[in-house]
Formats: sequence, structure tokens, C-alpha cells
Amino acid sequence: MKSFQGQTLSWDVKEGIIELALHREPLNEIGSSTLEELEKFVSALDSLSHESHALIVYSTLKAGFCAGADLRQLYGWIQEFGQAEVANHAREYLNRIHAVMNALDAVPLTTIAAVHGVTFGGGFELALTCDMIIADKLARFCFPELRLGLIPSFGGIPRLKRDLGNAVVRDLLLTGRSFNATKAQQIGLVSQVVGEGEALRAARATATQMAKFDRVTSAAAKKFIKSIPLDELRQEIDIFCELLPRPAVQAGLKKFVENTGAQPYLP
Amino acid sequence: MPTAEHTLDEILNLAAAHFKVPREKLGPDDDFFKTLGIDSLQTLDLLTKLENHFRVELPDYELQGVSDFRTLASKIQARL
Repeated sequence: MKSFQGQTLSWDVKEGIIELALHREPLNEIGSSTLEELEKFVSALDSLSHESHALIVYSTLKAGFCAGADLRQLYGWIQEFGQAEVANHAREYLNRIHAVMNALDAVPLTTIAAVHGVTFGGGFELALTCDMIIADKLARFCFPELRLGLIPSFGGIPRLKRDLGNAVVRDLLLTGRSFNATKAQQIGLVSQVVGEGEALRAARATATQMAKFDRVTSAAAKKFIKSIPLDELRQEIDIFCELLPRPAVQAGLKKFVENTGAQPYLP
Repeated sequence: MPTAEHTLDEILNLAAAHFKVPREKLGPDDDFFKTLGIDSLQTLDLLTKLENHFRVELPDYELQGVSDFRTLASKIQARL
């Protein structure tokens, strides 16, 4: 399927570049509907990659790239399945998420996340599957999961460890603070910081540059440089599922879901 | 190093320009959520603008309980 227009995302191929656009209001929260459409995309990716040399992932929503997992859905599962069963349900869901993330991570194309605004939690984890991140100057990154008594579970911790020094990873994970694109570039997470609204244009220019190189060579170089930490990814799921049934998590999610104030994205 | 008053003045100017609000409508002790009509996402935009302008890093947890420009300015000033 060369192009697709879904409820949460769309894709198309333009001049050898696959563009995956996220557009689920309000902020591309990743729940079951997004997962289903990501799975469709991954199924199509093999045939799309034969005609392409790069993949760009971006958001068409003004507010940002992606705020992360659909916490309202997660809270709903706790209500529906109860503390005893929710971990089993979550594990099944996370196995599917990881299959998608791992496929994106390994695809034999150069991949670029073009991000702006909020790039939090699962959204940050999606960006981390890409070979490079291009951020507009108002992008902010965060792993806020500890605020809810959880850890990132879409593969973010092993991927962040792959890219950054452990001290930086500890800072981000244990404080749950957000940091801006300038800081992200300083620590080696973001490859280019561009003006407001310019991330997609810069990603297209970068992808066009990479089209000059032999695809097989680029794919071999990527596979050599970018290992996928499968054991740690499985461990991350285990730890998340151990933490999920705890009352503190239910209380944290309830507080988030019931918050009508102006400050849900602030710690 | 700029004075606290100078930092406060710059913050008010930046906030007015970014959110397209007349500068004279912003006071140092105003609740910026109410005066600017912004939510947490827009507050993060403001934080980024301030960090880039003042070349500081201000952890967002330092904004807990902060809702007026004067207190915000003191947080920035402490990082200069």
C-alpha cells in the first residue's frame, strides 16, 4: 500500500522518501487505535522500502510530535481488568508495541524523526527508534513516567542508553524533567536544531542528501552501527508489568485523568 | 550580570511578544496562566524561549507552584 490515510496516521512516498504523518488529536497519544495503524504501516514497510531510501516520521498537529502513551486508556484497563489482571493485558499490548518499535528501529532505510513541541514518553521512544532526530527549537523531550510510578515501556530506556551516557540517562529518567532541543543537541540526542516549523523541511533536505548513497551500503553501515538491545527491551517490559498493578500507579493515573487544570504537562 | 528587575522586564517583554499580548497588560505579580490564557503546553513553549534567551537550563520541576512572573524571574536569575 503505497499510501494510506488512517484515523491516527497517514503515509505516502514522495521522491523515494516515505513520510509517516501522525495526526491523532489532541497530541498523538499512542493507544490501541494508533498501534493498529502502526502495525499496518510496519506490514507495508517491506514493500515500501524497495522503492525508497529514507523514512521521515513527523506530526501534523500544532501542539507537538507526540505526548506518549494513551494514559486514559491505560487507566481504563486498570478499572476494567483490576490490579490482578492488568499486567497480563499490558504485557500483550507492549509485546505488540515493541514489535512495531523494533521493526522501525531495524528497517534498512535511513530514518529521521522530525519533531516539534512536546516529544514525551512514548513519543520520545518513537523518535528514538529513528537514526536521527531533527528538532525545531521549541521541541521538548521528557520521560515523565516516574511521575506516575512507572518506567518508560516502549523501549525508551535501552534505546536512550544506546545513544547517551548513563549519567544523562539517569538524570532524565530519575528527575522526569523535560529539556529543550538545544540541550538535546548538546548531549548528542538531536542532530540538528532548526527554526520553528522547519523540522520537516530540514528532514526532507537531509533525506535527499542521503539518496545520493548506495542503499545496500547505507543499510549495511546502519546495521553495523545500530544494534538493537533485545534482552534489555524484554527486561523493560518485565519491570513495567511488575510496577503497573501497584496502588501508587493507579493513584497517579487517576490524578492525571481527572486533572482539569492548566498544568497536566508540568511536573 | 543583569539585575533581577532587568530579568523580570525581559521576561515580561518575551511573554508579551510570544503570546501576542500588549506588554502593558502584564504585571510582575500577575498569574501568567490567567493573564496570558495559556495551558501547560504553552508554558513549556515559554520556558523554552526563556531558556534560549537567557542561555540557562531551568528544570521544569522548579516551576511547581510558580504562577507569577516575578517568581519565574527569580528562578531564572538564580541560574545566571
